[in-house]
Amino acid sequence: MSNTPEDLKYTKEHEWVRDNGDGTLTVGITDHAQDALGDLVYIEMPEVGRQVDAAEACAVVESVKAASDIYSPVGGEVTEVNVALGDAPETINDDPYDAGWMFKLRMSDASQLDGLLDAAGYEALVAEEE
Amino acid sequence: MGLKTPLFAEHQALDARIVPFGGWDMPLHYGSQLQEHHSVRRDAGMFDVSHMQVVDLDGSGATSFLRHLIANDVAKPQTPGKALYSCMLNERGGVVDDLIVYFHALDQYRMVVNAATAEKDLAWMQKQGSSFDIDICPRRDLAMIAVQGPSARAKAVDLIPAGLREQANGLAPFAAAEQGDWFTGRTGYTGEDGFEIICPAGEAPDLWQGLLNVGVAPCGLGARDTLRLEAGMNLYGQDMDEDVGPLESGLGWTIAWEPADRDFIGRNALQTQREQGGLRRFVGLLLTGRGVLRGHQEIRSGGKPAGEITSGGFAPTLQRSIAFARVAPDVGAECEVLIRGKTVPARVVKPPFVRNGRPCIDLL
Repeated sequence: MSNTPEDLKYTKEHEWVRDNGDGTLTVGITDHAQDALGDLVYIEMPEVGRQVDAAEACAVVESVKAASDIYSPVGGEVTEVNVALGDAPETINDDPYDAGWMFKLRMSDASQLDGLLDAAGYEALVAEEE
Repeated sequence: MGLKTPLFAEHQALDARIVPFGGWDMPLHYGSQLQEHHSVRRDAGMFDVSHMQVVDLDGSGATSFLRHLIANDVAKPQTPGKALYSCMLNERGGVVDDLIVYFHALDQYRMVVNAATAEKDLAWMQKQGSSFDIDICPRRDLAMIAVQGPSARAKAVDLIPAGLREQANGLAPFAAAEQGDWFTGRTGYTGEDGFEIICPAGEAPDLWQGLLNVGVAPCGLGARDTLRLEAGMNLYGQDMDEDVGPLESGLGWTIAWEPADRDFIGRNALQTQREQGGLRRFVGLLLTGRGVLRGHQEIRSGGKPAGEITSGGFAPTLQRSIAFARVAPDVGAECEVLIRGKTVPARVVKPPFVRNGRPCIDLL
């Protein structure tokens, strides 16, 4: 059973979103996603300053098996990326919700958060997919 | 729902991630394929390879049959325990499968062929062997465990039956020994030392447990693939298939052209290929830019398409991405690979990439 923290929001593409309370969000991939992908070996991050739309592909995670696109959960501007993942992509496997955070966004429209899933909604999605 | 080896319950007990492979339900990994890869390079790991097909072949026509059937020559390994790696070709010179043949006694051989191609191979052998005095016996009563790594032989040897143990201990690389239904080869698909042990199916779970108890790490297909790629070993179905021959797959060294009058299937087609020239080269690649090389990615040289990757991935021991590729003959020391729409630089290198735990190529 994958871990799905209650205090986060989720997308259908298996990203998690933490509202930092200051207009920015932190984004990563879920425990379910890292488990399905397997050992991660390479991460491609968006550039700081890049404007992204909701659902736009903006990062790539590569496991030993395959490459997987990561989509921005909301529209906004990339403010920070977790550069430590460059040398240690396996951090996402070990700790997907904390040390494995991928990038931060300044939201352009906070109401887009309402369209995201809560923990129960995400768990239901995962159960359906299995 | 695929076929299950005699060790399936062991994999379930260890919480393996099971995936379909060539008609079988096999362990992909037991938690982390990267850790499993490192276990083999640094210590000892084991693979359930019972899905591979053991075929025993005997009869007065066995030697002449094999000298016709496969591109390497079984006249070479004619003492007990000697082994031969070979391709089995079709009339067009394409590869039906790659396999190992072991000499047991005069006109008595054991072959080990790939799991995904077993049915095809057996049908091919039956057809090609119809005019020879031979018995072709697929052995489904046996299991096989590959124990690989610098500590593998030391850890495995006490689990081999007493009557076979001393012989197993004394094996030269690529030689085999057997007693009754137990068989040990100092062979493998990882580039490390080790044994491939064949035993009766009913005895395999005890062997597996015994190996676990002495600290051999269970390893799945994921690690098997990263290990063999680093070791410069081809994978049938990816690096070669029925439409491409050994000369364009880095397997020219497995063809025994002499004696010139040995008429093996595919000889004429290969001869024609050699005479015509212009054959594509099978090379190793080391990605110098960032990313991961993957099968079917396009190679570019001088801005033009120049071939494609056959097997690619991340090499855990090197911490770099590597690949095999089939390229135009004029590709030089550097090329580019099209990765998701971007050209990324790569260097052409000669495999193997890793042997006995150490890089064999220049990583700088």
